Amino acid sequence: MIEIIVEITLLSLLVIMAFAIIRMRSLFTVIMLFSGFSFLSAGLFVVMDAVDVAFTEAAVGAGISTILLLATLALTYSPNVVKKEELPAHKPWLPLFVVMITGVLLIYGTADIPDFGDANAPAQKHVAPYYLKQSQSDTGVPNVVTAVLASYRGFDTLGEVTVIFTAGIAVLILIGGRKKDNKQEFDDEA
Amino acid sequence: MKHNLILRIVSKFLIPLIFLFALYVQFHGDFGPGGGFQAGVIFSAGIILYTLVFGIDIAKQIIPPGLLRLFASLGVLIYGGTGVAGLMLGGNYLEYGVLGSTQVAGQHLGILVIEFGVGLTVMSVMLIIFFAFTERHKED
Repeated sequence: MIEIIVEITLLSLLVIMAFAIIRMRSLFTVIMLFSGFSFLSAGLFVVMDAVDVAFTEAAVGAGISTILLLATLALTYSPNVVKKEELPAHKPWLPLFVVMITGVLLIYGTADIPDFGDANAPAQKHVAPYYLKQSQSDTGVPNVVTAVLASYRGFDTLGEVTVIFTAGIAVLILIGGRKKDNKQEFDDEA
Repeated sequence: MKHNLILRIVSKFLIPLIFLFALYVQFHGDFGPGGGFQAGVIFSAGIILYTLVFGIDIAKQIIPPGLLRLFASLGVLIYGGTGVAGLMLGGNYLEYGVLGSTQVAGQHLGILVIEFGVGLTVMSVMLIIFFAFTERHKED
């Protein structure tokens, strides 16, 4: 019973926050609200017993991405230039219509989704029972999530780490700290 | 923010705790929630807090950018290398069972090592991105 109340509270707060994000015009406020949104989702994941996902959401979604977004804002925003926002030239009816249709279709689609925690859901029938039964004797690791991520799905995790590594390289190439050296080289050539 | 006394003292008190928690999450990931990814992010958050309070120049003296680049590649190398080590010992790529004397011991060792690689790469890459943004801001 308490769990339902907590879930309803968290979900309504998420909806309120989503509307607040849409209404806000200050990017700084929007980023902070995004952080709060992530943190609420993390709370929701804890209620759903997905602590590993909640942990990641709280650390990455609410923590690091907020910092990176704020850093981006500091990089791109100049307080001296205040632009007055112009109303868009086109009418909102067509986008609104498309969004409404999509929303209705999505809600219609949820009718086919199995209940939360349903033991007969396809997701629970495929490989999940094997992991739950065998991971202890296969790997000796009590946390099944770690056993799946690091051992059974080691290739996927290797791919994820490579993606992160690539992202770091991409940022270094784009805005890495070699600016001064480049300038010097350019001067030498000239 | 260098002259904010309260902020400095509180963060000096907090940062070691953040590091300690990150290490706990890193090496306790087999038993509780967490693992290399979360630990790397938490560890980098500690250093980012330090950078915010004490400035990027001092932070760069502690962790030079060259070292971060080395760590980022080293993490991926540790992960891939564990797979190759499995190959050398007669197993499949990323098969940890052959690393130890028994299947479970090998799995344990393999998971610990690759989680360390994940943590190292994630920590370094987060800091590389953060430092790149901050440096760029300073130059302009």
